[in-house]
Amino acid sequence: MKKIERDSIKKSLVTFKDVMKHYRGFAFGIVFILITLFLAILSFFSPYDPRIWNAVPKDLSPSLTYLLGTNTVGQDVFWLLTFATRNSLILGFVTATVAMVIGTVVGLVSGYKGKVTDKVLMSINDSFLVLPSLPILILIASFMGARLNMVAMGLILSLFSWPWSGRQVRSMVLSLREREFTYMAEFSGMSMFKIVFSEYLPFIIPLIFANFINTILWALGMEITLSIFGLSSLEIPTIGTMIYWGMQYQAMFRGIWWWIASPVVFSVLLFVSLFLVSSGINTFLDPRTRLQRLRTIGREHEERKEVRPE
Amino acid sequence: MDIRRYIIPRLIQFFIVIFIGITITFIVPRITPIDPVEAVINRIMQYGVYMDASSIEQMRATLVDLYGLSGSVIEQYGRYLLRLVSGDLGPSLSMFPTPVTEIIYNALPWTLGLLLTSMMISWVIGNILGGVSGYFSEKKWSKAISMVATTVYPIPYYIMGLIMIILFVYLIPLFPMSGGFSIGLTPSFSLGFIASLLKHAFLPALSLITIGCGWWFLSMKALSSTTKSEDFVQYAEASGIPRHKILFGYVIKNSMLPQVTQLALQIGGVFNGALVTEYLFSYPGLGQVLYIAITNGDFNLIMGISIFSVVAIALAALVVDLIYPLIDPRVRYS
Repeated sequence: MKKIERDSIKKSLVTFKDVMKHYRGFAFGIVFILITLFLAILSFFSPYDPRIWNAVPKDLSPSLTYLLGTNTVGQDVFWLLTFATRNSLILGFVTATVAMVIGTVVGLVSGYKGKVTDKVLMSINDSFLVLPSLPILILIASFMGARLNMVAMGLILSLFSWPWSGRQVRSMVLSLREREFTYMAEFSGMSMFKIVFSEYLPFIIPLIFANFINTILWALGMEITLSIFGLSSLEIPTIGTMIYWGMQYQAMFRGIWWWIASPVVFSVLLFVSLFLVSSGINTFLDPRTRLQRLRTIGREHEERKEVRPE
Repeated sequence: MDIRRYIIPRLIQFFIVIFIGITITFIVPRITPIDPVEAVINRIMQYGVYMDASSIEQMRATLVDLYGLSGSVIEQYGRYLLRLVSGDLGPSLSMFPTPVTEIIYNALPWTLGLLLTSMMISWVIGNILGGVSGYFSEKKWSKAISMVATTVYPIPYYIMGLIMIILFVYLIPLFPMSGGFSIGLTPSFSLGFIASLLKHAFLPALSLITIGCGWWFLSMKALSSTTKSEDFVQYAEASGIPRHKILFGYVIKNSMLPQVTQLALQIGGVFNGALVTEYLFSYPGLGQVLYIAITNGDFNLIMGISIFSVVAIALAALVVDLIYPLIDPRVRYS
């Protein structure tokens, strides 16, 4: 048992390397996400407090002293961006974690139990999928006012982001249910809880991870949207509030482009990277493309040496 | 199995969506620390509106039903539903005493026009491109389009709109930045007005279409490259049916069906995007109204728009679901 486990871990490591090699976008995404994490950590070493205005001269264009220039209220755009990254990531993680837990549990239970439970859970799931989240979030945010910190906002956002993973986990479980080992486990008297969590979960983890990243992506986008409408705590630096203040001070039309361009370019790169990583995981999960990939890898092996049967 | 077994679950789903949406809007004002009724009445007074005692009482009755705290929760909920069924969303606070429904009604044609046009265009373009690209997935150009779609799709609507403004207003001044039509024109069916209308709608629509195309392209490509390897397609290829016939008659046609179902699930998200885009471009639709409501603290209008969007989106999803059997013969005949 131990040996098989070790082998499969080894295999998955080989395949991760293969993904990095064959799917350049994935590698790019991973690298940029690492840069983002680095920026977020860098914020702890910032020479300026992001809440203090006029810490640096106003409206300077990017230079060696001020990497991304300074803005009209006298903040260093680069260091502001590190704080924004940290806060936006916290929001993303809170949302994605809560959404992941709810979505996975709903998907697992719904897919495994089937019948009425499945119908009830999935109709709730689909309702949240269909509901126009933005007006409702705006309603909530406008009643809550400035009490919304990153964690509270993350919790509220997760209300609308779990159903995607719920649906996907369910369809994965539906296909796992038909496999031999499910029947084996059932006949040998394993409880539903045990089958679902010890037998299915390992299969679903990559999918959950892909969904986790997608939810972060969605939460960051929603944060930008709500900030633009002026609905989050605007004194907390996030990617959204950075753009909000840049727009409020007409940065684009006054030629202080670096104020707007920095968060916009950064967030576009971040969004694309997150998407590339999650779709890289998904492509890799898809048995069809996985087979194709294995075949091409096999062919490469063939060219170099004999193919040994597994 | 007959058609009823298809329709009835959809109808039930429709009511569940509305039930959940309405219930959330019912709960929200009740769990917040402020007393919305008094806050709203104070707000109206602040705007310097003169009201006699009886109209204040009447107003309070409406607000108590909408946000109110009298009676048990069940009673409150019942009155709330009754109020909504009769189509009474109360008055707007910032544009008192105009009813919320009237403001929504005035903004709606703009939103619908923008939303439906851009959704249709992106659905058609995205699906055709995705189908063709999935069928020829080994070709260089197919990979190039995929790369563009992968870059474009994850960008949030607001950022996409900003990029459009930077490109086509700031760097290459081709299009106006804001508004629904040029100042000084009156709405009419003249050529000048329609031209101005299209020119103003172009950038908002373009940013919605770009993101929409990205999404439909990617999902269609995945679907059609799966369909491509199905037996019936292989058989058709072996029997020498021309490739374009296989592509459109077999691959795209069969992959299109799940995309129709997807349309029902995506409407809510696209609607969100339309709201944001409208606000960014000061396009006179619901998004702009929503922004005005937020800046004025007009709880009633925000609440009205939320409730209205829930019902409208649920209805739109239902309509798409009901159209589905008309195009999928398997549901119709089985």
